[in-house]
Amino acid sequence: MTPVAMMLFAPFTAADYRLGAPLIVLTLFSLGILCLDLFLPARHKHYCSIPALLGLGVAAYGTWKIQQVLPASGALYAFFGTLVLDPMSVYFFYLFLAGAAVSVLISIRYLEVERESHGEFYALILFAVTGMMCMAAGADFVLIFIGLELMAITTYILAGFLRGNKRSNEAALKYLLLGAFSSAIFAYGLSLFYGLTGSTNLAEVGASLARRAATEPRNPIMLLALLTTMTGMLFKIAAAPFHMWAPDVYEGSPTSVTGFMSVSVKAAGWALILRVLLCGLYPLRVQYVPVLVFAAIMTLTTGNLAAITQTNTKRLLAYSSIAHVGYMLLGLIASDGVANRTGIRGILFYLLVYTFMNLGAFAVLTSLRRRNILGDDIDDIAGLVQRAPVEAILMLVFLLSLAGIPPFAGFYGKYFIFLSLIETGHYLLAGVAVLYSVVAAYYYLRVANAMFMRKPQGEGAPVTPPAMNLALWITAAATVLIGIFPNIFIQAANWAGTLIGPTGVAQIR
Amino acid sequence: MYNHILSIILFTPLVGAAVLMLIPAANKTLIRWTANAFALLGFVVSLPLVPWFWERKAEVGFKFLEGSPNNWIPTIGAGYYLGIDGISFLLIMLTTFLGFISILSSWTAIDDRVKEYYAWFLLLQTGMLGVFMALDFFLFFVFWEAMLVPMYLLIGIWGGPRRLYAAIKFFLYTLLGSVLMLLSVIFLYFFHHAQTGIYTFSIQELYHTAPLIPSVYGTTVATLLFFGFFLAFAIKVPMFPFHTWLPDAHVEAPTAGSVILAGVLLKMGTYGLIRFSLPFFPAVVQYPKVRLLMVTLSIIGIIYGGLVSLVQKDMKKLVAYSSVSHLGFCTLGIFALNGPGLSGSVLQQINHGISTGALFLIVGILYERRHTRDISEYGGISTVMPVYATISLIMFLSSMGLPLLNGFVGEFTILQAAYMANWKWAAWAVPGVVLAAAYLLWLYQRVFFGKVENPKNEKLTDLTPRELATFLPLIAIALWIGLYPKPFFEILEQPVAQIVEQVNHPKLYNAAAPPAAVQVAAKPANAQEAGR
Repeated sequence: MTPVAMMLFAPFTAADYRLGAPLIVLTLFSLGILCLDLFLPARHKHYCSIPALLGLGVAAYGTWKIQQVLPASGALYAFFGTLVLDPMSVYFFYLFLAGAAVSVLISIRYLEVERESHGEFYALILFAVTGMMCMAAGADFVLIFIGLELMAITTYILAGFLRGNKRSNEAALKYLLLGAFSSAIFAYGLSLFYGLTGSTNLAEVGASLARRAATEPRNPIMLLALLTTMTGMLFKIAAAPFHMWAPDVYEGSPTSVTGFMSVSVKAAGWALILRVLLCGLYPLRVQYVPVLVFAAIMTLTTGNLAAITQTNTKRLLAYSSIAHVGYMLLGLIASDGVANRTGIRGILFYLLVYTFMNLGAFAVLTSLRRRNILGDDIDDIAGLVQRAPVEAILMLVFLLSLAGIPPFAGFYGKYFIFLSLIETGHYLLAGVAVLYSVVAAYYYLRVANAMFMRKPQGEGAPVTPPAMNLALWITAAATVLIGIFPNIFIQAANWAGTLIGPTGVAQIR
Repeated sequence: MYNHILSIILFTPLVGAAVLMLIPAANKTLIRWTANAFALLGFVVSLPLVPWFWERKAEVGFKFLEGSPNNWIPTIGAGYYLGIDGISFLLIMLTTFLGFISILSSWTAIDDRVKEYYAWFLLLQTGMLGVFMALDFFLFFVFWEAMLVPMYLLIGIWGGPRRLYAAIKFFLYTLLGSVLMLLSVIFLYFFHHAQTGIYTFSIQELYHTAPLIPSVYGTTVATLLFFGFFLAFAIKVPMFPFHTWLPDAHVEAPTAGSVILAGVLLKMGTYGLIRFSLPFFPAVVQYPKVRLLMVTLSIIGIIYGGLVSLVQKDMKKLVAYSSVSHLGFCTLGIFALNGPGLSGSVLQQINHGISTGALFLIVGILYERRHTRDISEYGGISTVMPVYATISLIMFLSSMGLPLLNGFVGEFTILQAAYMANWKWAAWAVPGVVLAAAYLLWLYQRVFFGKVENPKNEKLTDLTPRELATFLPLIAIALWIGLYPKPFFEILEQPVAQIVEQVNHPKLYNAAAPPAAVQVAAKPANAQEAGR
């Protein structure tokens, strides 16, 4: 029986619900927020953020409870083996929850300035997180795909949340059309794999593909399935050559949503990639590594070179986030989860630091949004240090961290990628990667130049209500503290990366 | 205090920067006093190190050790591990001293965004001191890169008209070099693990395995790795042809920034060559081709820097190019690969810090009064500013290497060492000394002698007591090194002997005997040598 059929006929046990608690909690809270929204008067809609934060907190508590019962080396399975709770899932759960919480904090005032404060916003964020969790913890193509779609559809709406704004509408439409195409291509690849292997379970697909790849490594259907699946996944993390949507969507979306998309949605895409490529499709590693190498170099090149000429800060950060994906792809090329795990752990650590430093940068940009001032042009932050020294210094910290300058957290993200490349003998790729990190420093410094070395153009200081301040200080503290005391965070990433790989998933029944 | 002296020296400026943050930006006087107090404090807390170090100068290895190689990030194998030998001791004293002088010199020069200025400057101090103290490569790298940021901001915010360009150029050039160094050191890190089974960035441990690379991976890999490090340091020094960032950065930086840039930052490059390039790759630096390349680049730097200085119209640019020439002597001394060469090189680095630092201050004094550095704008200054002219003369003579002043001792020792290695090298370098005399004396003649022809120069005021106070200690040290350099050479004797030993007979890691045992066994023998 396929898992889907089993779900229809066999009842779930209490253990299933306990392990699925974070997802269930988030779903309930978002439904609750939608109900609450009905009764709140228009000027009090921002109170919906409180249950949203509460829901994220409860989900984090549920994740912590799961972490407590997690066996030392192994995973727990729920819902007939479709949901896998291993260190990686737990790690990603925390990451999504943290990213969503900071995004909610950033959004509260921003939405009011835009006069688009609605309760749905917070419900959608929670729904998106639920989808991401399915992607990170899915051990079955069906669940993974459902999670992907849940996340994608909610972010399409979030991207177009500023209904009166043309750019926001354009972003949403563009994202919807391209996203739907890529999802379809991804689903097509999955269906081909189902046809090839007769299963949607990652472990069974892996076992079946291993047999097939051994006998006919160039089976055209298999390669087609691989390519289409990878296209869908590379699209979701905005890797070149499937990155075209990112700059437009990032620029047009509400700034706080852009922040959320660039960290949490991207992290979810990465969870999906790690899960699928290292578990289910691991037997095809020989075939997909060249694709990854191509994508990584393309991504580094387009991301870094295109970012140089941007005059819009959001667009610049969009291209920079493409470039960061390039580095993470290098980690996946270096490490296969069997002989070497450094790169995978590097990716996990990178995503952690990236969540905080990039959200921090977007938080600063969001705080610049005032009536009549978009705040996303480089000119808008000219001389920021004289108008708002604290925001300027924090932005400098985030930019330097993004550029990978120690002692900030971002340095370690890149460091582990370089480490894995040298360890596995990819010297040429390592050389390319470090040279692009110099290019990257240039465009981050352009923003710093504007903030510190130009005369202020706008008037007045950015408004930072308590929630925004909290978000700024959380992200800044994380960026600095992870940079100065990285050990415990490296341990967490190492722990999260212990099981992921073809051997880890083999335990799935 | 004795056990934590290095940490105290390292973090005093940082505390100062933090304290500055608490003072309202409008209260400029209080900010200036606080910053100067902390700069002075930074110098004062480093003073006890002088007698303490003097007592232990003959001890083998690094002294005043603090922390351990693995206490900071055990998962990586990096530690907060500090320690100094004679070379780093002198450079640390130079840093705290010049740091104080430059902060003192900024009192009236900087009037815009004063609080930020002093905060970045103090942060820069901590970064530079960390570079000279770190015994863990990871820690070293963190300081090496982190110190770029304040310097970049100092040039970019308080610099001259082309400051944005100069600041970014400075940052990117240095970053380019250091990322390749990072890759190379990661390679050494894995190599160390392959040899010993231990992941560590401890410099002392890497000393035992890195020299094995040519025998395991062959000369090509070793040479590539050497150049990975070399590029980072050569850009920083800067050696010809990697010097193009230097004139821009120097000319655009505010006076105090130039003083620190020339006085301390450039020394990080030569320090890196001595601390890492030579001991990690003893075989590579002795390959005739590599060594010849290094020496040739140094000599080109000496001659080229001198020739370009000769034709400059801007005083600051002239001093900047003279740095290229002077640092050429330092690298020539390093790649002479003998005791006098290394000692002379380190001493010349100190000399250059004193003399060129002073020259930048001298240029800054005129610039503050006239807001131009064009040589043709001046003439006959000695009649309007006699005290200033006298002090300038002393520093000019010190910079060109006149006997009885500091420059002579360093240059002479380096030329002697170059002669010992290969007399042709010395012969090629000597014109650099002549050129130095030419461009400096000609500059002096054009600015200070003759009649005052430009009416704007008639009303110039002579040095204020504060300005005089910045120069007097510099002159005192220039005279001290010129007249009695023996203590400096004694401090350098032991570390230099150790590096020469490492270059010629590296203590390699032996799989049969763990490295710790090797060290312990080696100590008494070395101590005896030092005693003789």
